[in-house]
This record gives sequence, C-alpha cells and structure tokens, in this order.
Amino acid sequence: MIKTDHLCKRYQSVTAVEDVTFEVRPGEVLGFLGPNGAGKTTTMRMLAGFVAPTSGRASLFGHDVEAEPLAARQSLGYLPEGAPSYGEMRVNAFLAFIADLRGLEGARKRARMHHVIERLQLDSVLDRPIETLSKGFRRRVGLAQAIIHDPPALILDEPTDGLDPNQKHEVRTLINEMAREKIIVISTHILEEVDAVCTRAIIIARGRIVADDTPVQLAARSRYYNAVSLQLETAEQLAEARAAVEALPTVAQVEVSERDARLTALPRAGATILQAISDLSRSRGLKLKELHLESGRLDEVFRTITA
Amino acid sequence: MRNVGLILRRELASYFATPLAYVFILIFLVLANAFTFYLGDFYQRGQADLKPFFAFHPWLYLFLIPALSMRLWAEERKSGTIELLMTLPVRTWEAVLGKYLAAWLFTGVALALTFPIWITVNYLGSPDNGVIFASYLGSLLLAGGFLAVGSCMSALTRSQVVAFILGVVACFVLLLAGYPMVIDAFQGWAPQVLVSAIASLSFLAHFQSITRGVLEARDVLYFVMLIAFFLFTTTVALDLRKAE
Repeated sequence: MIKTDHLCKRYQSVTAVEDVTFEVRPGEVLGFLGPNGAGKTTTMRMLAGFVAPTSGRASLFGHDVEAEPLAARQSLGYLPEGAPSYGEMRVNAFLAFIADLRGLEGARKRARMHHVIERLQLDSVLDRPIETLSKGFRRRVGLAQAIIHDPPALILDEPTDGLDPNQKHEVRTLINEMAREKIIVISTHILEEVDAVCTRAIIIARGRIVADDTPVQLAARSRYYNAVSLQLETAEQLAEARAAVEALPTVAQVEVSERDARLTALPRAGATILQAISDLSRSRGLKLKELHLESGRLDEVFRTITA
Repeated sequence: MRNVGLILRRELASYFATPLAYVFILIFLVLANAFTFYLGDFYQRGQADLKPFFAFHPWLYLFLIPALSMRLWAEERKSGTIELLMTLPVRTWEAVLGKYLAAWLFTGVALALTFPIWITVNYLGSPDNGVIFASYLGSLLLAGGFLAVGSCMSALTRSQVVAFILGVVACFVLLLAGYPMVIDAFQGWAPQVLVSAIASLSFLAHFQSITRGVLEARDVLYFVMLIAFFLFTTTVALDLRKAE
C-alpha cells in the first residue's frame, strides 16, 4: 500500500505541494492529473525518496520513505520524469547494471532481463548506446529498468510521453496487464490515458488535491454528462431543430456548431433527454446523421476544476 | 560493499566508452614527460633519480584532476541520472565511494603508464627504487586528495564548468596552504592556532615529504583523513540537495 499523510513541500517562498493525503491499494491504477507545474512530479519524487518532504509522511508497504529508504525503494519501480539513463551505456549493460543494483542474480536475473527485453521489444537495440536511440526507445528502456525486479508498486512519471500511438497502446496494454496485482501510480496530462488505464484519478492544481474519484465519476461532473448530441444531414434544418429542442422542458441549454451541423442539448439537473429528443426528431422529420448520449467530458471537468 | 563495486565498475566502463579516458591519459603522459625533460632538465642534471618527474605532478594535477572530477556529480545532475541512482536501493555514501574509487583507479592507471620513465632511469643509472616507489605512492595519494576535493565541488553544482573552476581554486588553496600566498591572507587577523592549522594542511608539504623517500605514517594519514573528510562532505551535500 502506498500512503501519504499531509505531505508538503516548500521551496523558500514557493509551495510546490500542500497537504497531500491519499492511499493506493494493490489492484488500483492511480492517474495523477494536473496542469504543468501543479506538483505531480514533486509528489512522485517524494514517494520515490528523491525529494524530502518539508512536512508530512509517505510510506510504501509500511516502510517510511525517509526512515527506511532502502526497504521502501526495494518495493518500488520508478520511472523518473524524462526517463533519464546513462547515455553512453549500451541497453544490455544498462539493464544488467540496474538488475545488479536491485539484487537480482544468476538465473533469476537472466529470466527477468529476458522478460523485460521481450515485453518492451528491445531486442533490436540491445547493443546500441542509449544516447543513439529514439525518444520512444529511450522511454521503453526507462520502463524496462522500472519493472526489472517485478516490484509490487510502480511509480511512472509520464510513461507514454514521446511515444507514437502504437507504442502508447503497447505501454497501456503493459500497464493494464500488470495492474491486477500491483499498485501503479502514473502521471499524465493526456486525458484519454486516464480512461484507458486508470481506475482512479487524482487531480492536482497549485499543489493541492482538488479531485479524487474514478474517471467515470469525474466525467459525470461535466455539464455534458447525459447531454445528447445530434448531427444533421444538412445545416438547413439546424435552426428548426434548435428551436424545437430548446422548447423541451427538460433541456437547459443548446449549443450549436454550424461547421458540422451539430447540436448538443444539455439536460436540466438530473433529467434524461435522449428519448424526448429521439421522439422529437422523428415527429419533426429531421434527417439525422448521428445521435448519441454523452458520458461527460473529462477535459471539460479538468479545465473547470484546475482553472 | 557490493553496490560500491557495481557502481565503480559501471563508472570505469563509462570512462572508456567515451574519448575522455584516452584523451586524459594521452595528455597526462605527454605533459608529464614534457615537463620532466624540458623544464626539469632530466638529462642535464646527471643524476639517476625521478625528482624532476615527480616535482611537476602537483601542478599537473591542479588542472587535470579537476577536469576529471568535475563530471562526477555535476553530470549526474545535468542528465537527471542522479534521480535514477538515488531512488535505487543504494546508500548515498556507496554511490559517492564507488564513483570516487573509479576515478582514483583511473588516475592510477594513467600514473602506472608512466613506467617507461622508470625503466629509462634504471637503464641510465642505478636510482634508489625505494624512493621512486614512495614517490609513486605519494603521487597517487596526492591525486586521490585532489579527486576528493573535486568530487565535493562537483556535488555542489549542475554545471561542469563551475565544478572545474571551484575544483581548481580549492585544490590551489590546499596545495599552497603552507606558503605565503595563502598564509598571508590569514596572518594578522586569525588566531595563531588557526594559521598553523591551515599551514599544516598543505598538500605540497606532505607530498614533498613523501617524495624525499620518507614514507611517514602521518603523511599517509593526512591524505587518508583529507580524502575521508571530503567524501563525507560530498555525501552530506548530495543528501541535502539531491534534486536541485
């Protein structure tokens, strides 16, 4: 279990992290969201024992990161921001070095190296110095070193930054596979990633936790939650459709996009409007291209609570 | 101790993975020999010893050792690998010692590669090889002292250039601690105890006492304690401000 208790970090006059308290249990994938400079990286660094908190405590599986740093670090795999590694080293030698420092030996070391090399598809670059690799490969080398000792907890600072869509998908699949028995904390500012891998999201702004919920519940805070979006065949019927939808008592507001002949109807609090709009479009003879129910927009929630 | 060995090995391998090692050794050998033959009048003196060879080592080290030690921690900070290393299950002192020993071992290799001059002097005459052995040891200790100072300066900054300049200045002050240039700055206002304490810290005095062929425990102890002190300071400096 990862636990933080009123964690604070101040630099002279600047407060980077303020009163952050949360717990993460095995099986949870926690996504850390927040604008740049909100305190995500500082919080992760405190968990990894790289930055000492000004006040408060953090512990991994009962080991305080400050009082028992070695025990805490042994149970953790950590990918620092930017995936730093020794550029002049070859991938093979680098992974062997990390495995050695993690205390892996003999057959177990060989098996784990083989596993991570295969899992992150590093076969083709094993003999190349890391500094000659593309950004995507370097990130994968960073992920490989983080999971080489099969740790029960993983902290990954922007694990998919700089990867192409295929590689992003690969990394997300990897995270989902490991998610069952591990604790995983990732930071990201890609909101689709939260839907793809996280079971829980914490949003941080100006060093404080401003939301802590499941991605579905977070999206439900959106004013677009249960909104109905319909797209017409042509823009000609747009004005008529708008007037009709606005007249419905359960609709609070209508947004129109002329460009793609789209109309989004926002419901009054607690109301469901899909059926009413569906009936309406049939009786009015609207030519629909598309009609769907929105489950809320995470990016809109994100903007609202971090602005 | 296992971690110290692992870090030492990685570090040493990284020296030879870049041109750094070869450039350093080449320049060290060229300068050491040039000083000996041109400035030291190796032949004209007509004496079978290596005095002119060792006499220039402190001045050679003054610039070459900080050039080697400047990257020890400044580079780790700059590239961010310090975050990787310091979040592995490794104690700070293990990393400090491993990296330091790698650098020292490397200067030892460079120093050992000056062996042709030892062969030459033995071919030309019959020198006191005991003095030569003590001098080599003294030179290695001196390099170790400089490296420890440089390691500490490197831990204070993320800029290698700053680490180099701080290293040269700190080494220069320690080198000449017993000489008027440094002592005069303290004489007059500082208590006499402090002035004589500073004077006794001189690298040069202890080095010269060893190269005369008298390998005294107090000179060796001086270097060992100095190295221990600066490595301890490096560890404290890193622990206090790892992330900055």
